[in-house]
Amino acid sequence: MRKLSRLSRFNIAALTLGLAFLYLPILILVIYSFNASRLVTVWGGWSLRWYHEFFNDRAMIEAAWMSLRVAVSSATIATLLGTLAAVALSRGERFRGRTLFSGMLYAPLVMPEVITGLSLLLLFVALNAERGFWTVTIAHTTLTMCFVAVVVQSRLGSLDRSLEEAAMDLGCDPVRAFLSVTLPLIAPAIVAGWMLAFTLSLDDLVIASFTTGPGSATLPIRIYSEVRLGVKPEINAICTLVIALIAGVIVIASLASKLSSSQGESAAPL
Amino acid sequence: MSSRRIFARPARFAAITPYVWMVLFFLVPFAFVLKISLSQTAIAQPPYDPVFDLTAGWETLKTALAALSIDNFRLLISDDIYVFAYVRSLTVAVTATALLLLIGYPIAYGMARLPKSWQAVAMVLVIVPFWTSFLIRIYAWINILQHDGLLNQILLTLHLVSQPVVWLSTDSAMYIGIVYSYLPFMILPLYATLAKMEPALEEAAGDLGAPPWQVFWLVTFPLSLPGVGAGVLLCFIPIVGEFVIPDLLAGSNSLMIGQTLWLEFFTNKDWPVASAAAIVLLVVLLAPLLLYERLQKRQLEQGR
Repeated sequence: MRKLSRLSRFNIAALTLGLAFLYLPILILVIYSFNASRLVTVWGGWSLRWYHEFFNDRAMIEAAWMSLRVAVSSATIATLLGTLAAVALSRGERFRGRTLFSGMLYAPLVMPEVITGLSLLLLFVALNAERGFWTVTIAHTTLTMCFVAVVVQSRLGSLDRSLEEAAMDLGCDPVRAFLSVTLPLIAPAIVAGWMLAFTLSLDDLVIASFTTGPGSATLPIRIYSEVRLGVKPEINAICTLVIALIAGVIVIASLASKLSSSQGESAAPL
Repeated sequence: MSSRRIFARPARFAAITPYVWMVLFFLVPFAFVLKISLSQTAIAQPPYDPVFDLTAGWETLKTALAALSIDNFRLLISDDIYVFAYVRSLTVAVTATALLLLIGYPIAYGMARLPKSWQAVAMVLVIVPFWTSFLIRIYAWINILQHDGLLNQILLTLHLVSQPVVWLSTDSAMYIGIVYSYLPFMILPLYATLAKMEPALEEAAGDLGAPPWQVFWLVTFPLSLPGVGAGVLLCFIPIVGEFVIPDLLAGSNSLMIGQTLWLEFFTNKDWPVASAAAIVLLVVLLAPLLLYERLQKRQLEQGR
């Protein structure tokens, strides 16, 4: 009970206001996606009209499909590479270029997207690569593997190293010890890393705008060009669907990680 | 111990693929940005005149080096638009980061004081909006802030204003958008340091007669400085180069550097100037970037 008393009125007010500030705008957006009226401000009763509109909008559907494919493939590659990078970095030993390596991994986390996008585009142009699905996937992989590396690395850091050493003392070779002892223990973090990579890719506008080619717009690029023209109820519907998708992925993944690691504490998503 | 030595190898082995990937797709591209920033603008596809072509050998390289031009950088310094854009980017980033700290700190502090089991819930609640799309969150605010949007409707019904206030295309809208989007980035590192703090320290200060504000200012705040540093950098650096939020929420009469870069690239098709702008932006951000990396490395590699 003493713990509760540490909460002052001020603390409670800050928490309530803060969470309301974070959630109300999204809630309002979702509610208005079910508005029957064309005017965004007039409530015309509940309706699924704008969802119909979206499913009949070929260009939007195509963009959504493109985004999904990019998100799944880039998140998968990024999870592989990011996990490898995290493993390499969390072993304390030095290797040549280690500082450069960790620098390259942490910089994209905060690097303004316009710079990353522009530089990748110039590379693709120089390589004469055809811009579209693959260039966006590569760009997103480059960005998101850094997030995966950080998530996995922080999990590896909190791991008891003696478990792996015990496995090796009992005769496992290092690779096998890693696969059968360490990997299951960091699985929740890997899952969280994949989810983070997936949502970041699904979300990205700037890097995709730079690296995609004509005729292969992603969903954010489409949404962006529509939003510039003003608020449209159809956009509310699309946004609601994206939110639902991401929420679904989070719920499934957290259930999965709960099942796989009932004993360990679950990894923080960030 | 021979097993220790074998143990050392897989790390190097694991590093190879991500290492090569990052060199190829993160480091090498900057060389291209630098090269093109030193080229002449041309009406062509791609729209720049390549200054040198490494495949042509070293002899041409020598003549090419003489042809490198810093015209694009000269333009950036002499043209008011760019100077203003850089100044504005920095002012916006400083103001927004200060706002984020003022708003994020009380929330993080409140979280850290919750009972342990509630803390996990609160953390998830703060992270979840971060998972929903950036663009969607900005769009949500356009819904609210537009001329006949919810905010104006509420203000009108409460008779706080007599006619709708123009929110969109103003700096206030932009600051709301930035604070809203970056708040989790500020709260999480703050919360991480505040939650680790020993409550006995605050209690001791209180027992010795310090009033609450003094306890906060002399004990809590100084101890939370590492979190403040991480949060500030995590927000400040990307905000300087922010494009989407000012583009959709702020007016078009004063641009941030991310916007001018975008404009040069997509609208004016002036790749060399856009590249030069990117290089300058990078130079401006170099110090905070290095600082951030050191913080990040210390936190991750020495364990939490």
